[in-house]
Amino acid sequence: MPSVKIPRKSTDFDMTPFVDVAFLILTFFILATKFKPPERITVKTPKSVSADKLKEQDGMIVSFDSAGKVFLNITVLKAENRDILYSEIISSVNAAKKLGLTDAEKQAFKNEPLVGVPFSQLKARLGGEKVPETGIPVDSTNNELAQWVASANDVFRSHTDMKLQPNYLIKGDNSAAFPSFKGVIDAFRINEVFKFQLVTDPRGVPEGTELFKNPRRAAE
Amino acid sequence: MAQMDSGGDSGHKKGPGVKKAKKQSTRVDMTPMVDLGFLLITFFIYTTTMSTPNTTKLNMPKKEQDETKQMEVVKSGLMTILLGENNVYYYEGELLADGSNFMTSSFPTPEAPGIRKVIQDKRAQVIAAHVHNDACKKIWDSNDEKTGVADEVACLDRDLVVVIKPDVVAKYGRAVDILDEMNINGVQRYAIIDITPQEQTVLELARQRNGQ
Repeated sequence: MPSVKIPRKSTDFDMTPFVDVAFLILTFFILATKFKPPERITVKTPKSVSADKLKEQDGMIVSFDSAGKVFLNITVLKAENRDILYSEIISSVNAAKKLGLTDAEKQAFKNEPLVGVPFSQLKARLGGEKVPETGIPVDSTNNELAQWVASANDVFRSHTDMKLQPNYLIKGDNSAAFPSFKGVIDAFRINEVFKFQLVTDPRGVPEGTELFKNPRRAAE
Repeated sequence: MAQMDSGGDSGHKKGPGVKKAKKQSTRVDMTPMVDLGFLLITFFIYTTTMSTPNTTKLNMPKKEQDETKQMEVVKSGLMTILLGENNVYYYEGELLADGSNFMTSSFPTPEAPGIRKVIQDKRAQVIAAHVHNDACKKIWDSNDEKTGVADEVACLDRDLVVVIKPDVVAKYGRAVDILDEMNINGVQRYAIIDITPQEQTVLELARQRNGQ
């Protein structure tokens, strides 16, 4: 019997469309990626139903991590204002606490306005020494954050021409103990600041609740 | 491989033993390119942060020394929520001396509503007991179109005041959860206040009773 010949088909196939799609996706991700700025501390924020987006604003971001270490970051949107504001803030703190900072140390603050050490170690830290970041003390007896807030607020308010509307963002870690949050709030309350924005991750509104039925009213 | 054919017999083009120039395929092996492409895709997928963080508004009360300026609260509409590490405790109105109105609840989970149900019930109770009076007029006047609520409804829960008192062992994330419950359940008036020593004592007793 003559055997049936099966035509041998090549296993090669045209990969071009496949590659096209792959590179299309690649292009999308490259364009959509906004790299996170490297963070000195890791904070896992709690979730909330709030729909307000976090905006880049002038003001202060107080972060505290799971161990309750408090960090302060002062943000100024306009690059041309930064230099003058940062130098006035650090000078104000320097004068109030008699830290004896040199110009070079002030410059170090201007380059990276993120503080995570007590005043006693600020000079060494800005001088470039490797100081462990123990956070800004916020105890009721020694609330150093209050001084930072006072200085920053004074400087923000004195520059009426820049039209600054400082915002107070609090970025806390889920598992931080409540007293560190209270210490942060107290630092602001001493300085007559009562409105805050807590940084949270979005989550869905549970069904059947008041907010679910009437989202507009709750947004007020 | 490409080799130069430098034989002496390059003179005659056609004849036996002369190799034909190989026709090179224009096809390129795309596998390494695809590999690299997918490697990059994987990298970018991992590093991309799609969800941007949100913010929750928090207004703290001023420390008012002048008693006449302090906010008046109707006792029947007052609820105090105390936050422990894993449990929520609450009482309505004032804490009785024997602590008999001190209740234990739990943080809301998808399985059990816990404190959410308590807040909802309290709100429903306050709304049911509401009687319109002059104070309602003020709310009606300030109630504009944006809120999408009829005037008669806007003042219904005005007596409801929730006071949140986190204990020292409470976690920040839990406190935010409870603040979020206020938004979820439409509680208009709430505040975070320090825990009192009496409440601390009762909280400690409740914790021991629960065997924690």
